[in-house]
Amino acid sequence: MFGGPGTALFLAVVIVPFVYGLYLTLTSWDGVSATKPFVGLQNFIEAFSDGDYWAAMGRTVIYSIFAVVLINIVSFALAYLVTQGIKGQNFFRAGFFVPNLIGGIVLGYVWKFVFNRAFVAIFSSTSLLATTEGAMFCLILVSVWQYAGYMMLIYVAGFMSVSKDVQEASRIDGCTSSQAMRNVTIPLMRSSFVQCIFLSITRCFVVYDVNLSLTNGAPYSSSVMAAMHVYNQAFTYKNYGLGQAEAVILFAVCAIVGVTQVLIGKRGEVEA
Amino acid sequence: MTENERAARKKKIAHVFMWIILLILFICFIFPFILVVINVFKTKGDITANPLSLIGAHGFTLENFPEAMKKMNFLTVFGNSLIITVCSTILTIVLSSMTAFVIVRNGRWKLCTLIFSLMIASMVIPFQVLMVPIVSVYGGILNSRITLILMHVGFSMSMAVFMFHGAIKTNIPLELEEAATIDGCNRWQTYWRVVFPLLKPTIATVGIINAMAYWNDYLLPSLVLKKKDLYTIPIATQAFYGTYSTDIGLIMAALLLAMLPILILYVFLQRFIVEGVTSGAVKG
Repeated sequence: MFGGPGTALFLAVVIVPFVYGLYLTLTSWDGVSATKPFVGLQNFIEAFSDGDYWAAMGRTVIYSIFAVVLINIVSFALAYLVTQGIKGQNFFRAGFFVPNLIGGIVLGYVWKFVFNRAFVAIFSSTSLLATTEGAMFCLILVSVWQYAGYMMLIYVAGFMSVSKDVQEASRIDGCTSSQAMRNVTIPLMRSSFVQCIFLSITRCFVVYDVNLSLTNGAPYSSSVMAAMHVYNQAFTYKNYGLGQAEAVILFAVCAIVGVTQVLIGKRGEVEA
Repeated sequence: MTENERAARKKKIAHVFMWIILLILFICFIFPFILVVINVFKTKGDITANPLSLIGAHGFTLENFPEAMKKMNFLTVFGNSLIITVCSTILTIVLSSMTAFVIVRNGRWKLCTLIFSLMIASMVIPFQVLMVPIVSVYGGILNSRITLILMHVGFSMSMAVFMFHGAIKTNIPLELEEAATIDGCNRWQTYWRVVFPLLKPTIATVGIINAMAYWNDYLLPSLVLKKKDLYTIPIATQAFYGTYSTDIGLIMAALLLAMLPILILYVFLQRFIVEGVTSGAVKG
């Protein structure tokens, strides 16, 4: 009784749609008609031969690799800098976090202005968003900027959890500060790395808001990411069954990559 | 100069150096926001002519604001976002903490274990997998704030229950509840007078994380709310950009209006937000 309403809502919006969604992948529903013709595995066969989908998927993988690596490098560096006891470090921490406060849609439009107007004025060139590679670069840059502050907070918590005793001991044993960082601090922060990488992978794989507002797939659909393709397939072209099948494949890929990463990462965890 | 003094001096130089790097990075980070702020007070022509100048050739103008506010229907949109965020957040906290309480205290029930494992497993499901079936199952009750609020709550249930589950399990001794029962509390009173107040730190964390997510969410509201007078800030911004994309002055004002409420809140609650997000991220 006590936990009833919460559980009911959870079941109603997550579990029921998930199961129903699996059923939808076996139909060729158009979103309007009352009947949902059963077509078996037809949608999955079509999804596997949908060239646009796999092109979007390939782009998403490339985008995710660059974005995940850069997000983690930048946020780790930021976390290192703001835990050195520098004056005003709390102010800096708060400042780097600001992009996370604002939704992807608004951020995308802000950056669109920066790329289309300000950078054009500074470098007096054409807009980066007008070229295929440029649009991809912009998406990666904005994502790194957007998530670095958030991941920084996790790394900061990681730095704080490595006790001062261990670090001092390593210094007394003759480590230079870079050796101490490489051989003591980073191994002890392994769980922070696992978590940040997991979070950034799962977020990058289903990037949608920034993709929509910053590039909207332009130029020539060359920056359509997998999530946007799925959305268009279902809601724009009204291929609900096929769209859902493609969403399920996206989910499977994302889950496999994410879980594998966590399993590999956890295996090497050490304690002080 | 002794060894210690030299080391201290070296450290100080390193700090100044790092401080400068931080400052440069900081400026890079807020550069897009600065650009919006300096351009919002310029006329359309001045922005096109030079988006980098501090003040345009036609001087300082406030015109963009009232016009953007009117065309975006800002007050209505802001109100919608506020109602949806506040109601969803409160409901999430109340319902998820009660659910977690039941799950922790009835750990031996098979049903509780089953539901808890379902919740944990469901955390990896991205929204994209659920959006088509959601529209198909609940197609009849879209275009309503209540539907959106209930959906928001349902989606954040698993994560929130997980966090409350941990907090209740580790921080609330069973003896305390037994004492309350002996003093004459029924289960409902025990929960609201003893357990709930002790969960304050987790309530703050869950509240902050979810409120931010609801405020900024675009995809779910855009699927549920199709009527213009129900729009939330992200949807209204997107619609506005679609209509007035050439009128760059208005766009700047609209973007600034969209960002302003949460930035103002951040100035006052900065410490809580940073702490809440950190503890949420580290536990989750």
